This record gives sequence, C-alpha cells and structure tokens, in this order.
Amino acid sequence: MAGVAIRDVHKSFGPVKVIQGISMDIADGEFVVMVGPSGCGKSTLLRMVAGLESITSGEIAIGERVVNELEPKDRDIAMVFQNYALYPHMSVYQNMAYGLRIQGRPKAEIEKRVQRAAEILELDKLLKRRPRELSGGQRQRVAMGRAIVREPKVFLFDEPLSNLDAKLRVQMRSELQALHQRLKTTTLYVTHDQVEAMTLAHRMMVMNAGRAEQIGAPLEVYQKPATTFVAAFIGSPPMNLIPGRIAQGGKVLAHDGEISVRLPEPRPALEGRDVLLGVRPEHFETCAQSEALLSPDIDFLELLGSDSLVYGHLGADKQGMRVAARLHISILAKEGRLPLRFSAEHVHLFDPESTRRIED
Amino acid sequence: MEKRVTFRSAWLPYALLAPQLAITVVFFFWPAFQAVWFSFQLQDAFGLSTQFVWFDNFIALFGERNYWASFRTTAIFSFSVAALSISIALLLAVMADRVVRGALVYKTILIWPYAVAAAVAAVLWSFMFAPSIGIITYVLKGLGVDWNWVLKGDQAMLLVVIASAWKQIPHNFLFFLAGLQSIPKSLIEAAAIDGAGPARRFWSIVVPLLSPVTFFLLVVDIVYAFFETFGVIDATTQGGPAQATQILVYKVYYDGMKAADIGGSSAQSVILMIIVIGLTAIQFRYIERKVHY
Ligand SMILES: Nc1ncnc2c1ncn2[C@@H]1O[C@H](COP(=O)(O)OP(=O)(O)OP(=O)(O)O)[C@@H](O)[C@H]1O
Ligand SMILES: [Mg+2]
Repeated sequence: MAGVAIRDVHKSFGPVKVIQGISMDIADGEFVVMVGPSGCGKSTLLRMVAGLESITSGEIAIGERVVNELEPKDRDIAMVFQNYALYPHMSVYQNMAYGLRIQGRPKAEIEKRVQRAAEILELDKLLKRRPRELSGGQRQRVAMGRAIVREPKVFLFDEPLSNLDAKLRVQMRSELQALHQRLKTTTLYVTHDQVEAMTLAHRMMVMNAGRAEQIGAPLEVYQKPATTFVAAFIGSPPMNLIPGRIAQGGKVLAHDGEISVRLPEPRPALEGRDVLLGVRPEHFETCAQSEALLSPDIDFLELLGSDSLVYGHLGADKQGMRVAARLHISILAKEGRLPLRFSAEHVHLFDPESTRRIED
Repeated sequence: MEKRVTFRSAWLPYALLAPQLAITVVFFFWPAFQAVWFSFQLQDAFGLSTQFVWFDNFIALFGERNYWASFRTTAIFSFSVAALSISIALLLAVMADRVVRGALVYKTILIWPYAVAAAVAAVLWSFMFAPSIGIITYVLKGLGVDWNWVLKGDQAMLLVVIASAWKQIPHNFLFFLAGLQSIPKSLIEAAAIDGAGPARRFWSIVVPLLSPVTFFLLVVDIVYAFFETFGVIDATTQGGPAQATQILVYKVYYDGMKAADIGGSSAQSVILMIIVIGLTAIQFRYIERKVHY
C-alpha cells in the first residue's frame, strides 16, 4: 500500500492545455474523489496516474517512487474503466486471472485469489460466463474483481457507476464503500456525480477547466466552498449568488438593497466592498411577509414529495435575478410572491472579481 | 418512419432489375448450365459428333493422376496465398493503426495494388523476377541463389504465390484495419495495466478479437486464390513448368481451350462450381452468427 503525490502536474494535448497545475498529497489508504463537469480533465489526470497518458510537466509519485517514466504495468495500480473494458473473449474467471497469469503466479494461488475476490463480489456462480452474458451490474463487479485480485497499491476508478441505473448505482456505491473499508487500498475515484463524491470521499477535489478549485473533506467543501464555481457545483439546486455590497455595521445589501441582512459579526474591514451573497436553496424558509428578507416571484415548482423546489425571480423583470429554494412543505401556491427568509449563519460571501470566498 | 421505397406499378421493379438479371442469366446461369450439359457429353477431336455419356467424364477425371496433382497444387497455392496475404496485411494494418500523422496517405498507398489488373500485376512481378534480366533475380544471384522459375517448379510456385498474394493484401488490409479500429482502446489499456507488454497484448487480446475477421478473410482469400488468380498464372507461368503451377481453374482453361477436351473441361468446371458453392455456404452460415466469442 502507498500514498500518491501529485506535484504541479500539467498536461497539454498539442496547444490545448488540459491540466494546468494540480497538486495533491493523497495519504495511504485514503479515498479521494475527483469531481467536476464534463471535459474538465478528470479522466486525463487519472490516466496520468495510471501511466496511460504522458505527463507534460510536474511529477507523480506512488509511494516513494516517482512514476513519470514508468510503464503502467510497473506502477502497481489497477484501474476500472467506465465501459469496464472486460476482455470479451475470456470468461469471468479468465478476465480476473489475466493479470496474475502475466505475473507468472502459480496456478493454485491464482485460483485461490480469484475465488476469494469472486466471493467478496458475489461472482462465484458466474465464473464460467462470458462478459456478454452478464448484466451491467455484474460486468461492473467483474471489472472490480479484476482490479482487486491483483492487490495493487492504488485503485483508479473512472466513473465506474455511470453506466448503471439509479437504483443499482446506490447499491454499488455502498458496496464500494464496504469494499474500501475492508481492503483499505488507496483509491482515486473520478465522477461527475456530486452525490457519489459526497458519499464516498474522505477528501474530494473539485475540478474546473484543468484546475483544482478546492480540495477538502466533503462537508468542508459543502460548508465552505472556496469559489463560486464550487458553490454552484456542489449542492442541488446550485447555491444562489446575488450581487450586493457590504454596508456599514456589517449589513449586506443585495439586489440593489432589496435584500438586507445583518452578518453574525460586524466586518469593518469589508465595508463598502462589492460581494456576491451566497445562500443555498435548502437554507431558505417560508415566513410571514413582515419577516421576509426576499419575496421572489414564483416561475415554477417541482414537487418531489419529501420537499419542493421553487424557482423564481427577484424584481419586476422576468429575466431578472433567478432564485431557487428547497422547502420542506409540499403544498404551495403556483404563482405570486413567496416571502422567504434565511439565517445570517448560512450566508456565504464571495469576491465578484476573483470569485474566491471571502473568509469569515 | 417508413424509409422503404414502394412501387405503384407491379412491373416497374422487374423492369428496373431486368438488365442485371439479363447479365446474370447470359453470363452466369447460361454458361453454368452449358458446363453441366457438356460435362455429360463426349465430343470427338474435330467437334463433329457428340455423344451423351452420363458420368463418364467425371469418372475419367478422378482416374487421372494429373487431376489429383492439380488439386494438390491448388491446395498448396491457395493456402499459401491466403496465409501470406493475411499475415502481411495484418502486419501492415497493425502498423497503420498506430500511425496518427499522415495516416490517410499511408492507407491510400496501401490500397493501390487492389486497383491494378491481375495481369498487369503479374507482368510486373514476372519482370522483376525474370530469369536473366529481372532486378530481383540480380539481387538473388548476388546472394548466391540460382533463380530461374521458368525451369524450377517450386520457384514458379513461389512467384505466382507472391504475385497473387500481393494483389489481395489491400483487401485484407482494409478489413483488418477496420477490425483493429473497432477494438475499444480501453481493452488494450486494461491489458497494459494488467501487466501485458505489446507482444502479449497482441497475441492474447488483439488476435482473438480479430479472429472473426481472419476467418472471413481466409474463406474469401481461398475463393480468390481458387478462381481469380487465372490472370496472374496466364500472364506468367501458364501452369508450368511441368504443370507445377497448374491450379484447377487453369487446368479447366487448358484442357478446354488448348487440348479441346470440352467434356472433361466442363466436368472440371462443374466440380469447381460445387466447391465455390460449398465455400460460399460456409461463409454465409458464418456471417449469420457474426460474433463467436
Ligand atoms: N487524446 C486527446 N487529444 C486531445 N484532446 C484531448 C484528448 N483527450 C482528452 N482531450 C481533451 O481534454 C479535455 C479533458 O478531457 P477528459 O477526458 O479528461 O475530461 P473529463 O473531465 O474526464 O470529462 P468527462 O466527464 O466527460 O469524462 C477535454 O476537453 C478533451 O477534449
Ligand atoms: Mg472522463
């Protein structure tokens, strides 16, 4: 087992800069999730750790060893691909044994290890089948089995659950968690699904356009997003970001003074500064008109049963500032103004220029 | 949405098909029928009298040692052509698959031989291998090889095998290239991560995944070597020396046209027809169940 160190790694495909300086130290046994929108370079970063892409500049180390120049086979890693990449002409058993056979392990040992992995993943009855005779979830398990029989130092997963239906995804997610608790192998996991990231990660890296916007524990990322990008990416619906200004006495005036909220503590250093006021949809609550901090005009509702999503706009202009709220009541008026309030505890402030969080 | 064309009138589809049907009937069914008809007849040397002899021509044929020798020659010839053109095409396709820059130029050049007429190709090769003046003969002489296919049967065989295989390489190349490009890249990457080097990946992943294509090409190439290499042989060895390169198709032509044994020649072509029907049946059956891994 070993940790992974990524040190100022860059990657260009010709003139296109895909990864623009990413650093992260991953501890031995840690489960790290890289999350970000499509095309942000998650797979590229993972493939550089695997040795499937060259590293343009910077350094990647697995354990103590810098692996920049090592072939994938010499890095002692295993990877699970999004499309599983099972060998279609081999049985499940052969798929799992392939890597061990190449290592030249004795037959008895191969058999024992494959058998054990198959038991862990409940594949023991399917060992003789070909991949095309398996369901999506079973294929996914075989891909996982192929990775774990080799007992590598590091697991790399590239969106392993994205081809499964919603229910199976939830099930496999908890199985993955259990598997990691059992094996405690350092894991790098790529996904664009924030729920997967939040539930699986010890720490997560939120990526955007080839950069790491924030690295931290899931709750920390949720509670203290480092940039407006992270604030909008983690959480659903995304955080509301309303332009405003800090007035005297620690008041935030947003949307041309329509919204006025007093910060928990006065911030004299910030007075007069333009900010983006961030409030998560789930931190709104309905209230009497007299207590309301804002009263958006309702555009449409999504009733989810457990709670309701309300989408509206501020001011008279229909194209104006959009606001989303997640409320724990299910019956609502379909139109009109909805008085809402939020606690100052839940306010996030961002610099509109740099988009960075203004630390509290 | 219905994309199919439907015809209002009943006869129009047949009218449109008529030219193609006419060509098939005149140039295929009619000669085939004639061959079957002639194969049951015996003509005298001057073509003056004809006699219906049932299976005598076939019986005579199977008693003839030359005929069996020609069978053997054909088997050796067609397997060599298939093996040579398949292995070279696979090698080229693997290399072309790796090329990123200038790939189109490379592929275009590799496809040219397919456009060259068989006889022209044969003449080209026989020039290069010509016993006294050929450039390759010259090189071989420098290496101490006495090259003279006009006299030496095995060298003549080698020449027609090379010339025929060369013509078939582009065809095989295209199929292999398409086959290679349909193998997901992640399979090769997974094998690389599993620890397989390039050679191991090739033999344990690429070759098995290409086996359906290879089998298809094997049948096609054998059919090609059986029937379409006439031009190559006629332009170079003409079946010689001492019938060393007389494959079945050439023997049909030689016996019928040169030796004027219409009955015997027809019987041979009927047997060839049965062989091609058999090979085609194998191929169709196989194409129906495309995936076999
Ligand atoms: N081989 C390549 N040549 C050129 N550009 C590439 C290559 N591979 C990836 N890219 C580009 O690099 C960028 C990042 O790609 P990458 O596959 O890492 O994205 P991703 O974050 O994994 O996205 P997704 O969630 O859609 O899988 C994309 O803009 C892509 O077009
Ligand atoms: Mg990706």
